[in-house]
Amino acid sequence: MIFAAMDWHAFFFWMFALLTCGFALAVLFSNNVVHMAFYLILSLGASAGLFFLAGAEFVGAMQLMIYVGGTLVLVIFGVMLTAQSRFVSMETRSGEWVVALGVGGSLLFMLMITAFNVEDWRSPNPRQGEVTVAETQVVSQIGLGFAGVRVDKLDQPDGQLRGGMSGYLLPFVIVSIHLLVVLIGAAYMARTKRRKDVSGGRS
Amino acid sequence: MADFFEHTLHFPVWLAYLVAALIHCVLIIHVVAVGALIFIWMERKISGRIQDRLGPTRVGGAFGWLQTLADGIKLIAKEDITPGDADVMLFKIAPYVSFAASFCAYIALPFSDGWVAQHLNSAVFFVLAVLGLEVFGVILAGYASGSKWSLFGAMREAAQVVSYEVPLGMCVVVPVFVCGTMNLVTIGNMQSGLFTNWLIFNDPFTFAIFWVYFTCAVASVNRAPFDLAEAESELVAGFHTEYSGLRWSFFFMAEYGSMFLVSGLAAILFFGGWNGPFPIAEPLATTLVNVVTLGNAESWGGLSTYLANLMGCVNFLLKGFVGVTVMMWIRWTLPRLRIDQVMTTCLKYCVPLAAVCFLGAMFWQLNGMPTGNDLMGFQRGLQTEGWVETADREATAVTPAGSADLSADGESLVPVAADRSDGDHLSGLAENGGAG
Repeated sequence: MIFAAMDWHAFFFWMFALLTCGFALAVLFSNNVVHMAFYLILSLGASAGLFFLAGAEFVGAMQLMIYVGGTLVLVIFGVMLTAQSRFVSMETRSGEWVVALGVGGSLLFMLMITAFNVEDWRSPNPRQGEVTVAETQVVSQIGLGFAGVRVDKLDQPDGQLRGGMSGYLLPFVIVSIHLLVVLIGAAYMARTKRRKDVSGGRS
Repeated sequence: MADFFEHTLHFPVWLAYLVAALIHCVLIIHVVAVGALIFIWMERKISGRIQDRLGPTRVGGAFGWLQTLADGIKLIAKEDITPGDADVMLFKIAPYVSFAASFCAYIALPFSDGWVAQHLNSAVFFVLAVLGLEVFGVILAGYASGSKWSLFGAMREAAQVVSYEVPLGMCVVVPVFVCGTMNLVTIGNMQSGLFTNWLIFNDPFTFAIFWVYFTCAVASVNRAPFDLAEAESELVAGFHTEYSGLRWSFFFMAEYGSMFLVSGLAAILFFGGWNGPFPIAEPLATTLVNVVTLGNAESWGGLSTYLANLMGCVNFLLKGFVGVTVMMWIRWTLPRLRIDQVMTTCLKYCVPLAAVCFLGAMFWQLNGMPTGNDLMGFQRGLQTEGWVETADREATAVTPAGSADLSADGESLVPVAADRSDGDHLSGLAENGGAG
């Protein structure tokens, strides 16, 4: 049977990869803002599928929560602010295409070079298909890493590395405070502005 | 399950995984679709009784229990209308997006000990992430309909869901840190035993936060009194004004699916999941098998476990049904809020309440204050994830005082959930789905 001969992992990988790339191209070639955002969400969702396929379920759920959910908010604002017909359609001029191709192409080139330089990724992984369930349960390790304990570094001979110097507590706290500042700023910007010069009227 | 087909029935690998996946899919679709049938009938009867009416009485006998089916046939027979101003592609695809998101979250929802389509280690997070995507279909529907009523409804829904996700997330985090895991199967198993072991009775703060969770859950699945997106009195029918026939009914299947989903999540996170109020399922099943097989239960292997799981599943479904019934009761009792009142409820009441309960539950855990189970003199079932103990040991090891004798190796830190799941349900994703 042809089914028995197929490598299903590879099949699903190609399916999700093609979906991701196809919808990414659809974002490029669509003119309608809302259609673009819709394709973007599908593309990001398909890349979440890639994470799930690799057994990185936490990262996959994170992709759904942050990127797909975040793009959702983008759609909301896109619809809210541009629902008038003259803003919905976006025509791209040829000059913009050139700039975008230059920037995007050079970024892609750099990423490709970096990716192909990783020795481990050149040949197929001999342990493919042997990934056990326990190895996918890394959520606690990620959490401990954010709290400052890198459980994968605990056998390090260097005491400082072992004792939390290699953890991610500081970046984590910096990011949290940064997000808090952004939230407060957003609330400040979005608050109801009361005009003082209106006397007796409702604000 | 795939292993069962592969090793016991000697299916080829691809067929084994295919059949296992199909069985999971069909079962979950039935929960959503048949659930919607029953819930719509229940909604009619309950609203009838609350308003001192009888509800449907004729179709299919005394209780009108075939009414939904008759409606379903009517909906299928209806014309599928697309408005002239509509964005045709998005208009057509929106109901499926909504339904798929609601359906997809069921993948990670366990119905009994280990009875879950995909045993995810971060299931709570996954369910929340996917549940938040359901609003996407509503927004697409509202935008693509090309009608101002639809757009207003969708905008309201978007604002409402995005704001209610904040307190909802905070409420869900509390059971997660009490249990120390995001694995729904483990969370359910940790609450086995007497009902005092349920997390809602863990401490006063978890008791309080359940009600905040329930309020936010009702709001996030867009049910009355928070159904501003489809407020008939102002917006005709809100986001689904322009929909007809089967597409319209997809939105409702999604809504009833999410209602059961958040109720089931509440049952697992706060009400012991598939564990009944008294731990009788396992002994009962063993006794039953013993009686039926004339005493040689051991030779029947996992039958008693299976029966106990089946009882657990019934237990879980019952709890979910109670949650859905309470939502209906609320819907037909309370009047609809205004949009500003909805926002006030979220930002000025739910978020602070959730934050206070979060801090309170944290201090309760931190100081080892007595839980409901301690007061009754029972022990909580020791169902912690493996990493909790190892991490404690490692944490003492990495402090400067104890850093001299670091004996544990990194391998032991791979968290091994100490629950009774057998890995059957981890078929597709983590492992190679095929011949390899």
